Amino acid sequence: MNWNRKHLLGLEDLSREEIIELLDTAEGFREVSTRSVKKVPALRGRVVVNLFFEPSTRTRTSFELAGARLSADVLNFSGSSSSTSKGETLNDTALNIEAMGVDIVVVRHSCSGAAYQLSQVLGCSVINAGDGAHEHPTQALLDIFTIRQHKPDLEGLKVAIVGDVSHSRVARSNIWGLQKLGAEVYAVGPSTLVPNGLSRLGVKVSHNLDEVLEEVDVFNMLRIQKERQERGLFPTIREYAKLYGLNGERMKRVKEDALVLHPGPINRGVELTPEVADGPRSVILDQVSNGLAVRMAALYLVGACGPQGGQVESQRASGGES
Amino acid sequence: MTPDDFGSLYQRWLAGIRQTTDTLEDWALVGIKRRGAVLARRLLDDLGDSAGSGGPGPAYGELDISLYRDDYHLQTGAPAVLGTEISFEVEGKSIVLIDDVLYTGRTIRAALDLILDFGRPRRIWLAVLVDRGNRELPIEANFTGEFFETERNDRVQVRLKEMDDDYDGVDLTSFVETGA
Repeated sequence: MNWNRKHLLGLEDLSREEIIELLDTAEGFREVSTRSVKKVPALRGRVVVNLFFEPSTRTRTSFELAGARLSADVLNFSGSSSSTSKGETLNDTALNIEAMGVDIVVVRHSCSGAAYQLSQVLGCSVINAGDGAHEHPTQALLDIFTIRQHKPDLEGLKVAIVGDVSHSRVARSNIWGLQKLGAEVYAVGPSTLVPNGLSRLGVKVSHNLDEVLEEVDVFNMLRIQKERQERGLFPTIREYAKLYGLNGERMKRVKEDALVLHPGPINRGVELTPEVADGPRSVILDQVSNGLAVRMAALYLVGACGPQGGQVESQRASGGES
Repeated sequence: MTPDDFGSLYQRWLAGIRQTTDTLEDWALVGIKRRGAVLARRLLDDLGDSAGSGGPGPAYGELDISLYRDDYHLQTGAPAVLGTEISFEVEGKSIVLIDDVLYTGRTIRAALDLILDFGRPRRIWLAVLVDRGNRELPIEANFTGEFFETERNDRVQVRLKEMDDDYDGVDLTSFVETGA
């Protein structure tokens, strides 16, 4: 077992073995969703709180369902309707919630480092569900899990992250995770969204999608945010779609077994045309179902090292004897 | 225990199970990972051949009970999740559950809960190669290869050549054997 961490804050500080442990554990959880009773008692009696200071539907729902399938009690707490709007600090809000007897806090916050900060002040486990432009580890893990399903050996695999890499926590977590597993990562987009400095992370930078189209095995198409255009980082959405969107024409030129990923929600006609999003190379819905297994694995692994875990030596060896 | 001793232990166990399964229809062999599953695969080979009146052989499955343990809060780390593989319809099936060693009974409790999450079988038998006593739950096996009187601190380890350096055996450390 290659896991003894209490928190999951990002992929940057995880080892290759820890990432593989997480992915392999998620593999074991996929089958749970196929049963007639889609539930296992592993986290029975534990409390998981989704502490979301940014709007999110799919990540929160995915964590909520993952917790439910592990038999944990899951509470949702959203920043907009909460005491932070009355002036309470992040630490105070989290400490108050923890005082109710919480085992795992899943946090999403617009500030980079928010999850790390909570891991320092809270006694319970913390899972980062996205902090600013820093990391979004479970999204990257589900991306990598989905890629691994189709291409078991990531060594030397060419993965392009296309779009607003500069502001993307999904991109950052993917870069760390993919590189640790031996993949070659490309960052593709306009120079305002993909600065050349990214090459210092060991990433191959390109400002021309057509130039790398034929050599890439996996395209991870990031969602483009309209605010970026309003801030003048690219001229128009139409121009962006034309230069950096995947469409039927471009798909004719990509490798026969290339994969198309998107963290969602898709701007149809911008990052992907509908024929690509719904086409045979798209694994976007696999990403969503795999996300559930990956989040179950994350909750399960950090949950075992939570407040009650890790204090008493196991009374007997696992396995072998009944 | 020599390989010959292990062989005759296994044969006795197999013969006992066969008496019941020979007349069964619509039944399944289900092994508890990892060594119970290895034994279940051997039984599948040996029992499948003689599938009674020419009917179809048993269905086969493997259980990973790591998510059903009752000592989760006592562990220092999460037990590895190996995955459960039950691809047949559990509802109405007769199931022979296989494990290598029966000890406290807690693994079997977990395995029973896990099977019931797939549906309601007609009945479940328990077959264990070795029973070492010291039960902590009211659970008994229907088919036992051999019973060993042991103390709680003794180690009883079934070795199977599929996973343990190519030999079959039962390793017993500091124990008192009765009968046999």
